[in-house]
Amino acid sequence: MSPEPGAASVENARQGGHVTQGAPTLEARGLVKTFGHVVGLAGVSLKLYPGEVLAIIGDNGAGKSTLIKCLSGALTPDEGEMLLDGAKVEFKSPVDARRAGIETVYQTLAVAPALDIASNLYLGREVRDSGPLGRFFRKLDTRGMRAKAKDELKDLGIGTIQDITQKVETLSGGQRQAVAVARAAAFGSKVVILDEPTAALGVRESGQVLALIKRLRGRGLPVILISHNMPHVFEVADRIHIQRLGRCAGVITPRSHTMEEAVAIMTGATTLDEAAEAPGDGKSAAGRDGGDRTRT
Amino acid sequence: MTAVIEPTGEVRESQELGARLQHTLHRHPAIGPASVLVASVVAFSIANPRFLNATNLSLLIQQVAVLATLAIGQTMIILTAGIDLSVGAAAILAQMVMAQTAANNGVPGPLALLFGIAVGALTGFLNGWLVTRIKLPPFIVTLGTLSIYTALGLRYSGGASVYASAMPGILIWTGNYVNIGPYQLTTGVILMLALYVVISFALTRTAWGRHVYSTGDDPEAARLSGIKTTRVLLSVYLAAGVIYGLAAWILIGRVGVASTNNLTNANLDSITAVVIGGTSLFGGRGAVLGTLFGALIVQVFQSGISLAGVQSLYQVLAEGILVIVAVALDQWIRKVRR
Repeated sequence: MSPEPGAASVENARQGGHVTQGAPTLEARGLVKTFGHVVGLAGVSLKLYPGEVLAIIGDNGAGKSTLIKCLSGALTPDEGEMLLDGAKVEFKSPVDARRAGIETVYQTLAVAPALDIASNLYLGREVRDSGPLGRFFRKLDTRGMRAKAKDELKDLGIGTIQDITQKVETLSGGQRQAVAVARAAAFGSKVVILDEPTAALGVRESGQVLALIKRLRGRGLPVILISHNMPHVFEVADRIHIQRLGRCAGVITPRSHTMEEAVAIMTGATTLDEAAEAPGDGKSAAGRDGGDRTRT
Repeated sequence: MTAVIEPTGEVRESQELGARLQHTLHRHPAIGPASVLVASVVAFSIANPRFLNATNLSLLIQQVAVLATLAIGQTMIILTAGIDLSVGAAAILAQMVMAQTAANNGVPGPLALLFGIAVGALTGFLNGWLVTRIKLPPFIVTLGTLSIYTALGLRYSGGASVYASAMPGILIWTGNYVNIGPYQLTTGVILMLALYVVISFALTRTAWGRHVYSTGDDPEAARLSGIKTTRVLLSVYLAAGVIYGLAAWILIGRVGVASTNNLTNANLDSITAVVIGGTSLFGGRGAVLGTLFGALIVQVFQSGISLAGVQSLYQVLAEGILVIVAVALDQWIRKVRR
């Protein structure tokens, strides 16, 4: 992986445009989720293609978090289905989704502050020592896990962390985010979902996280990014799924629409014509995006 | 670092030293109590050279064995951000079951011992069940079971004591002497030390140990990482219960009588040992080895102060100060930021 961000993004854009024509890695069809009288999702569909960054935006209460909670297994949809690599999947818990290859980085990060970086990377999937101590006394392969964690961080270009045995609480916000993303990248074999990864970060740290997202895409790993921050979304996203009032108000690209237009659709000030033709279905939009990207 | 206003050389140096110290203590929580232990041993041996006598040191470690064992269970529970106020009551109940079934009901010694340990496990399981299933705070749960186990112990024994002479050999086996050079230990002391090794290994070298720490540190994060936190908590309370049962065995060997009057201060003393040992009451931070040092510190103060000819109230005073200093230190360490 080239460490130069410029070269990487050109490469990614080309690659993304290329693969978008293939079969989607993750597909949701007509997801419905209600909480009593409150409708969280009123039939939402989305497609995530290999090597793309799909942003999900929407106002508060638009169903963003309900949508990603369904995708990550934290909630089970009442109706609709999900397909991973074309095969139907049902998640009863986040553990199911993780086992299937979908890793989620929650806004709260879900890291254990008092444990070190390597332990956090392997939290919940520790590797046992292969020797007799591991077999009979369940001793962990601490050294092996540390070495692999170090490689993973280096691979993702997280050079600012030198000491893998450092406790996570001694890290800065951006570094913690990087650890959480690295964990997702290390184990997310199919999809990585990032929930507001830059919300709590400063300008410089946000930049690092965005670069990290581009590097994940460079590996061919599709990323779902939930964010309120329009400049960040427009910087990294290949396509943008707009949630409004529990439905998909349309799927746009940073090239087809401006930030102002995106916000207008999000708030209901305008509507996307295509969205009216195929409500809640990203199919037509997706096809159009592929064309868009080859243009650039 | 960029764009940070750099303090002048001297200030920065002292700041860096402080930060490095904070960092080291943060990483190795047992260093603090270990240095306090060494310093107090040195101080008391200067005050009275007899303190370092083999006889005195042997007695000291024999005296600390029961508390140090109970404190292992307490440490595990505090690591999960819980607390156990029923430690002493649970151990007494286990002790009475062990002694009575053997002495009065004619149950063979090894079986009576197993009964006692099983009762210990049961007390731990009930605490854990109430904490994880009924979702009550550990403080409330164990405050309640403290009274329940105390009452059960009294009801079961009828307040009667069982003396060593009436007990089978295996129950008082933990009081047997083991001589190592000039030092006289007991099998109970060896058992206690072995438990420290086992639990320390489990907490630091196995996945279960990491799950215990992360559950105490941030249960939500642990859950999202795929850790079954209720199962981890239940296993911790259960293991603590087993350890209380073993502590009851060591207790019988140590005092030679099973009585409901034993261990009156065990609840608070075990928490004191854990806290002085550098384990955070907020969970997720600390080491069981630190607790051993914590228990030893309490005992060293007790022995040292009486040997120095000072009133024993000063030992209580010193213990109080140590607890507060230890918690203040923990707060400071937890403030570590890079």
